[in-house]
Amino acid sequence: MSEQKNIFPRELEHEAIYIIREVAAQFERPALLFSGGKDSITLVQLARKAFYPAKVPFPMLHIDTGHNFPETIEFRDWLAKESGMQLIVRYVQDSIDLGKVQEETGKYASRNMLQTVTLLDAIEELKFDACIGGARRDEEKARAKERIFSVRDDFGQWDAKKQRPELFDMLNGKINIGENVRVFPISNWTELDVWSYIKEDGIPIPSIYYSHEREIIERDGMYWPASPFLNTTEDEVPFKATVRFRTVGDMTCTAAVLSEAVTIDRIIEEIKEATISERGARIDDKRSEAAMEKRKQVGYF
Amino acid sequence: MDVLRIATAGSVDDGKSTLIGRLLYDTKSITKDKLEAVEASSKRKGLDFVDLSLLTDGLIAEREQGITIDVAHIYFATETRKYIIADTPGHVEYTRNMITGASNAEASIVLVDARNGVSEQTRRHLFISSLLELETVIVAVNKMDLVNFDESVFNTIKENVEGIAQKIGFKGSLHFIPLAAKYGDNVVTLSEKMPWYTDKPLLEYLENLPVHAKDENLPARFHVQSVIRPHSEEYHDFRGYAGKLVSGTIEVGQKVIALPSLRESTVKAIYSGYEKVTKAHAGESLNIELVDDIDISRGNTLVIEGAPYQQVSTFTAKLTWMSEQPLTAGRTFLLQHGVNRIKAKVLSFGHVIDMNTIEEKSEVREFKLNDIGEVGIKTAKPIFADLYHDNPHNGAFILIDEYSNNTVAVGFIESI
Ligand SMILES: Nc1nc2c(ncn2[C@@H]2O[C@H](COP(=O)(O)OP(=O)(O)O)[C@@H](O)[C@H]2O)c(=O)[nH]1
Repeated sequence: MSEQKNIFPRELEHEAIYIIREVAAQFERPALLFSGGKDSITLVQLARKAFYPAKVPFPMLHIDTGHNFPETIEFRDWLAKESGMQLIVRYVQDSIDLGKVQEETGKYASRNMLQTVTLLDAIEELKFDACIGGARRDEEKARAKERIFSVRDDFGQWDAKKQRPELFDMLNGKINIGENVRVFPISNWTELDVWSYIKEDGIPIPSIYYSHEREIIERDGMYWPASPFLNTTEDEVPFKATVRFRTVGDMTCTAAVLSEAVTIDRIIEEIKEATISERGARIDDKRSEAAMEKRKQVGYF
Repeated sequence: MDVLRIATAGSVDDGKSTLIGRLLYDTKSITKDKLEAVEASSKRKGLDFVDLSLLTDGLIAEREQGITIDVAHIYFATETRKYIIADTPGHVEYTRNMITGASNAEASIVLVDARNGVSEQTRRHLFISSLLELETVIVAVNKMDLVNFDESVFNTIKENVEGIAQKIGFKGSLHFIPLAAKYGDNVVTLSEKMPWYTDKPLLEYLENLPVHAKDENLPARFHVQSVIRPHSEEYHDFRGYAGKLVSGTIEVGQKVIALPSLRESTVKAIYSGYEKVTKAHAGESLNIELVDDIDISRGNTLVIEGAPYQQVSTFTAKLTWMSEQPLTAGRTFLLQHGVNRIKAKVLSFGHVIDMNTIEEKSEVREFKLNDIGEVGIKTAKPIFADLYHDNPHNGAFILIDEYSNNTVAVGFIESI
């Protein structure tokens, strides 16, 4: 294969580091929301660079749904150790056991919605005033309008009409008691930007992003990883296939794509020729056109 | 790869969404499932074509009202560069959104419907481009198909816009392109229907616009965000200043002055992420180590010794008021300049521009939402700012309401 030139726009990295440093300076108790996906892994890399040679001055918070890929958990623990960042985990199972949320039923059951409650409780318990997340504006139409500093009220809610104007690079993180802020340092990155950054910076990622063989089932024209967490019907018979994941959420709501891409270069080539967008591989968005915005209004990340 | 940030504005139905959709489509920035969704929506609406404008329309509230109410960001890339479009509504109520969207842009695209010619929105958008001193405004005269691709229609609009730009005092460069966004004429390739237009199609024009052309040559301004102290064995005595070089360049070995302390030192090392660099450039986030241990904290600025800088505590500025509650003279705020916050008072009002007519009103008693005008400001302590005209990266500020914590205004320093 011919030598590939670097395509990642470094301006985006400088912008993200600036934002992360503003979070550390403007808030008392920030946290980095770690999902195990490539976007939050990118955030960890950016945070480490932002404070190098010092350690990252805030912890990572992981909301463990209990339905994660085992590879994600393994990677998470490794990364926490490697980066020296404090790792805090809160469990959706605990919210279920406490009767705060109810497990969904049926074949589309997932814990994706439930994790919002666990997250909001964790924010309250740990008194986080800013949570750094890896959402990108290009993922979904409603996200295209989210600010870099997005103020949430007592109930974690987001009001599209009441957002603060953000002028130039000046970020206003002043909040009232009870409010907190979600911060999106990689707002302006696209999926391709994230991948080219991972490649050009040599950032390790969980193995499930690369092509591998696994048991899957076919549903609604998409491929789902077979797991004890996925409720299946009788005609959904698992079979072996060579797949990878473009985005990593729960095993119940992350679809696989058939792929032979075993290197980042191949992944990037695949993305460039993509025929299905990244969020298209997440079943929770397909529920309705305005699904994402609705979930955001109730505090979903 | 570099990044070009563009603001777009126009009246409802000028074809802005269609144009952006067309750019996404023609640069192959849309994936199959998104295109299919748009095809399906178009069909549901009974359209006989794929309405590319549906690619960019966002929020539920908007869909209900049928208009764009905020700034939407749209991304696409070519082999040459990455584009970030800040798409803003053109209506007068959304002046603040327009300013927000344009504040990070280097160029703007103003849409004009060839049938209607220049509108209030065109005027307003030119005014905002002028206020922000954007380098380039591209006037896209759209729907040329509906005026038989007639050159004289295009020329009339061109003359009108040039007249307005002159009246407003726009100093950047104006560029005119006749388009039919719906059919792709002059968007990516030159239109055969308008042989009289021999300049570049829109995308090619964008591909060749310089980015951050001037920032490097401005005097260096390094805004300190925080102090980095690892307290580790390896970096026992390390003390670095994390911040952003908003303009100019800075090199290892250069003598610098810390403001406001006026203490001098020499640059010992510059870190960009994990790497040490010998020279850094405008726009970069850095961690700078100095030879001497001097007192520097968040909100301070490093400048190069010998280069001019100024200390100000009273100045006049053009202010855009962004809150529903009117501004009255004598009120105090938190003024944020870069990352530095300081108490400030709005002392006096000069004339205000009525954004409906772009006419000046004098003797105003208050600034209403979306008013743009002159104010006198006094800060509790001096700040180290430039005139916006001289260095936009060190010449703008925001005002924060101390009670609501909201960002209520943006200002551009005009004279000191
Ligand atoms: N004939 C013609 N119609 C166009 C053109 N561009 C846009 N339109 C139509 O004008 C209407 C408004 O376009 P839209 O992009 O939604 O406008 P916006 O409100 O400025 O975003 C739609 O019906 C488009 O199909 C064009 O170049 N020629």
